[in-house]
Parts: sequence; structure tokens; C-alpha cells
Amino acid sequence: MSTFAPHLEPGQLMHVGPGRRSSPREWRWRDRLMLGAAWAGGLGLCLVAGAIVVYMGVRGIQYLRPGLLFTRPAPGVVQSQSGGFLDPLLGTALLTLVGILLAVPLAVSSAVWIAEYGRPTWLARIVESSIEIVAGTPDIVIAIFGLAIFQLSLFAPFSFTASGGGVYGKSFLAAGAMMSLIALPPLFTATRDGLQAVPTHMREAAFALGKTRITTIRRVLLPSVRSNIATGVTLGVSRIIGDTAIVLLLLGGTLHLEAQGSIPGLNLLKGTGSTLTSYVYDNSPAGEGAAPQKAYAAAFVLLAFVLALNLLVDRIGRAHAAARGLTAAGGVV
Amino acid sequence: MLERLRRPWPDNRAERTLGAVSLLVCVLVLAMVVFVALRAWPTFSHQGLSWLGSGGDVDKQIGNMVGTSVHPPPSAFFVRAWPIVYGSLLTTAMAVPVALALALLASVFIVELAPAGLRRIAIPVIRLLASVPSVIYGLIGVLVLVPFVGNDLISASQKASVQNVVELTGAGLAVAVAILTVMITPIMVALICEALTSVPRSWREGALALGVNPVRAVSAVTLKAIRPAIVAAVVLATARALGEAVMIQMVSGSRSFAPKPIDGWTFFFEPLRTLASAIIDNSEGLGAPAVRSTVYAFAFLLLFSAFVLSAAGYLIKLPLRKYHVQG
Repeated sequence: MSTFAPHLEPGQLMHVGPGRRSSPREWRWRDRLMLGAAWAGGLGLCLVAGAIVVYMGVRGIQYLRPGLLFTRPAPGVVQSQSGGFLDPLLGTALLTLVGILLAVPLAVSSAVWIAEYGRPTWLARIVESSIEIVAGTPDIVIAIFGLAIFQLSLFAPFSFTASGGGVYGKSFLAAGAMMSLIALPPLFTATRDGLQAVPTHMREAAFALGKTRITTIRRVLLPSVRSNIATGVTLGVSRIIGDTAIVLLLLGGTLHLEAQGSIPGLNLLKGTGSTLTSYVYDNSPAGEGAAPQKAYAAAFVLLAFVLALNLLVDRIGRAHAAARGLTAAGGVV
Repeated sequence: MLERLRRPWPDNRAERTLGAVSLLVCVLVLAMVVFVALRAWPTFSHQGLSWLGSGGDVDKQIGNMVGTSVHPPPSAFFVRAWPIVYGSLLTTAMAVPVALALALLASVFIVELAPAGLRRIAIPVIRLLASVPSVIYGLIGVLVLVPFVGNDLISASQKASVQNVVELTGAGLAVAVAILTVMITPIMVALICEALTSVPRSWREGALALGVNPVRAVSAVTLKAIRPAIVAAVVLATARALGEAVMIQMVSGSRSFAPKPIDGWTFFFEPLRTLASAIIDNSEGLGAPAVRSTVYAFAFLLLFSAFVLSAAGYLIKLPLRKYHVQG
């Protein structure tokens, strides 16, 4: 007979209910303080984010006129004469295109190589840590490295050469090449993680049918990680359109898209221009022209793009999870 | 030609091609170190490491370089960049601890404490905070926070007390650190949240079953298990804080002044310049060889710190990996 068992009369049932939940009121004051601080921290961050979006939204509605999106900037001193930001808008689009087109092949093939081949192991580790280093390098350092590279006479065809023979080193190609380094780490990580999550039996099934490794990659693995690559591309695009340092150093900062050379298409890539980020910077009190209304309007458009890309990442992730029969992942980013 | 590409590749050639493309990334990193170091070499060779010391006004020293000839004498490279290095260290050292505390609290809130409905809102909102471009932070800083600090927080007597040395406009340490904290916190929250969700549920439930309250369970069990991820988050956030250029350039008053803690409260309102913002500020003067060498020396310092940080993170994480939780 156990001493600890409650003494029950015959026929009486033991009371089994939900355990008494501990209420924060009974905790020690230190734990209560931490609970309060955690709530305050979490809600505080959300409030800051909300305040930024609401404030930019109000300013955007106040200053953004549809005409601004379709007029070219003009060199005016007064805000009413300085035109819109059609050229920076096109510049952002062109730069993003160049950057992503360069980044995708590089990132996807290194992710495939790391995840599917990865021999010799030490080399694979070196490649992975190089990408980690690229992710940790400040964009301003990448920008100034780009300037050093593209001012070499070897790369003279990629930008504008002055009459004295000095290579200018600033063009859409130069900036786009460096932008691809910014977009590389998120793209690589998304693709690699996707490939590593593909179950082994899918590869084994392809091998059993007599497919080679590379055919398996092309016909089975890459199609199944399409949504991961899409997520990576979206993250990369949002990095590129938000980056300012590379644009300031490598795009020349001209008001209009200035073409260089006579070959249509290529001359734009060799030319200089500006993007939304550099337009905001130049029109803020920190830049030359103090036109805060234009800066707010352009910043609102920029933030709208970033918001849209964020929603896109969410949707891709959710559709992917639904396709795989999982619930939406709780992770952030 | 196209027909040849469409045919299935031999496996060997595919492996070699993909490997070669991957090696391109290593080559780029190597090229980055070599090129930045080569261009920074004159500054190092003429002054050793003494250019990191203090003495004189950096802005004037760099200004003097602009006029020098194409083949400048060694004396033209003279610079004492301590105020700029100090600015970088100061902003980072002030922003990272605050951001870490905030990020730990916020991620514990999101993963463990928040009701499900609130969590569904909080995750995308904080993710948005991480992806707001730095130029927008800078714009809000320079158009909203700087005038507010300049007009309402700095008293006339504070302005008068330092008016012979530096002008207080509101742009300076306080605004720069505040915005920097907001910028790096979501990066840490992302990494810490991911690690928190990967801790096995049973560990926390075990602690709860022993009668510990939820807050205690998180701090005693879950946070200990994810220490490698916390280190990784701190490393990444420090790298981001050291390298932030555009926002700092916009809100920090753009003067190479070293804020002095003995000035009391005024300390927080004094302008400063960091390594990264100095690069942006001097990017117009890169035509002059002496300026170019100095600016690349700044960039080399940033690159070096990125390498040191990633090595330090790796070394700190090694002994912490015993729980096999990711990070």
C-alpha cells in the first residue's frame, strides 16, 4: 500500500482536471519583469515598423503625383521645376535586371555543385566560406572594389573612356556586376537549402531509371526547387533595389540615362544613370539638391516595391508549403 | 551548336563546369582582398600603422591631399584617422548590445509567448523592418529625427557650451545609434527566431513539467541551447553595423569629430564620421592618388574586420555546438 496514493472511498472517482496553470501573478518579480520586457520588445519593434510604413505612406500620398512617375528629371533649383523620376525608375529596373541575370547562373550553379557534387570536400568548404564572406562584406567595400576593377584598362569596353585614356569605371554593367555579388548570398542559400531538402529517394528513383547525375539535376531536382530559386531571386531583387552605396560609387549619378557608344542596347548598359535610391539620397538634405518632397515621393515608391517583394516571398513560401503538404513555416526570412 | 547543348552532358564535364563556376566566387573574394590592399598600399608603406593614430583634423588632412600631384611625395599621404575609426567603433559598440537585448526579447516573444494571432502579424512586420532600404532610414532620420533632436532635445546652453569647437544641429551620435539599432535588430531576430523554432519542443516541455514557469524555461533551457545562433546573429549584426555607410552619412552630421564622453549629455549630440561613411564622403575625390590610397585604406580596414568577425564567430561557435541545434 502506497503512502502517497490518495485515499479513496470505494466507488469514488479520483478528480482529474486540467492542471492548475501558473499565473504570472505568482511568479517571482524577475520573471514577471522579463515577461513584460519580452512583450514590450516584440510589440515595440512592430510599432516601429508600423510607424515607418504609416509615416512614409502619409508623406507619399501627400507628395506623390502620377505625373512624377512619367516625367524625366530636370536640373531645376526649385522643387516645382525639377521634374519627376522616370529615369531613376528605369535605372532601378535596368540595374536590377543586369544584377539578377549575372547572379542567378553563378548562385544556382555553385549551389548545385555544393549540394550534389561537393568533391573535394575542402574545396566545397572554401566555396561556402567565400560566399559567407561576401555576405558579411559591407556593400560600400564591394562598391569600391568594383571601382578598382572597372577602372583597369582591361575593362575599358565596359564603361566610358575619357579623351586622355583614363577609364571612368562607372556604368550600368559595372554597378550590375557588383550588385550580383550583393544578391548572390541569399540566392545561393535558398537554392542550396532547397536542394538539401529534396528527399534522397527522388534522386535514387532517377538513378534507377538509368539517368546520369546531371540529367537528374536538370530534369528532377531543379524543377522541384523552382520555388526556392524564386524566393532567392525575390530576396536578391529586394537587396538590389534597396542598395545605395554601389549606385553612388559605380553608376555615375547622372540625372538622365546617358548612353555611351553607338550600339543600341549595349550603349545604355555602358552608360551612366541613377536609381531611386540615389535619387532619394541626392534630393535629401544630405545630398546636393534639397528637395524633400521629391525625396519622400521617390522613397514611397521604393518602399512600395520592397513591400510588394516581401508579400511575394510570403506567397511563394506559402504556395510551396501547400504543394508539399506542410503548414506554413514559422521561421522569419 | 544548340543541338550539342541539348544533348545530355557527360557527367564528368558537368561536374567540372559547375565546380569551375563555383570557384569563380573564391576568385572574386581573393581579387577583392588583393585589389583593395594594392590600392591602399601607399598609405601603409609611407606611414606604417601610425595613420590609425590621432592628431589634427582628419577632414583638413584629406582636404590637403586633393591638391597634390599625380606622383605625390610620401609626405602627401599624411593622415591621422583615429576620429573616424573611433566613430565606427563607438556607433557599433553602442548599437549592438542594445539591439541584442531587444532581439532576444522580441524573438522569445514571437516564438514562445505571443498568442498565435499576434505571431502571424509580428513575423512579416519584423521581416519588413529588415528589408527597408538604408536610404529610407536615412531619409526619415535626416528629415524627422534630426530636426526633432536639434530643436527639442538640445538646449541652448548645450549648444553654447561647445560652440567654439563644433556646431550641434541634432545630427550626430544619438540619431545614428538609434537608427542603427532599429536596422540591425531585425537581422538578429530572424536568426534567433529560426534557431528557437528548431529547439526540440520536448526540452521546453520537460522544464515546464518540472514546474518551472514559461519565462524561466525559455531562459534556462531554450536560450542556452541556441547560443551558437546568438553568436552568429551578433557577428552578422556587428558586420552590418560597421559597414553601414549611407544612413550614417545622412544623419551623423558629416564631420570627423570624435564625440567626447566627458562632455556629459552633449556627448550624445556631437557629430561623427565612420569608416564607411568617410568612403562615401570622399568618393568624389578619388582622382587624387593620395585621397584614393587613404580611402582604400579605410575600405581595407572594413574588409579586414569582416574577415576577423567571421573567423571569430566560427571559433566562438565551436565549443558551443554540443546541443546539435543549428546555428
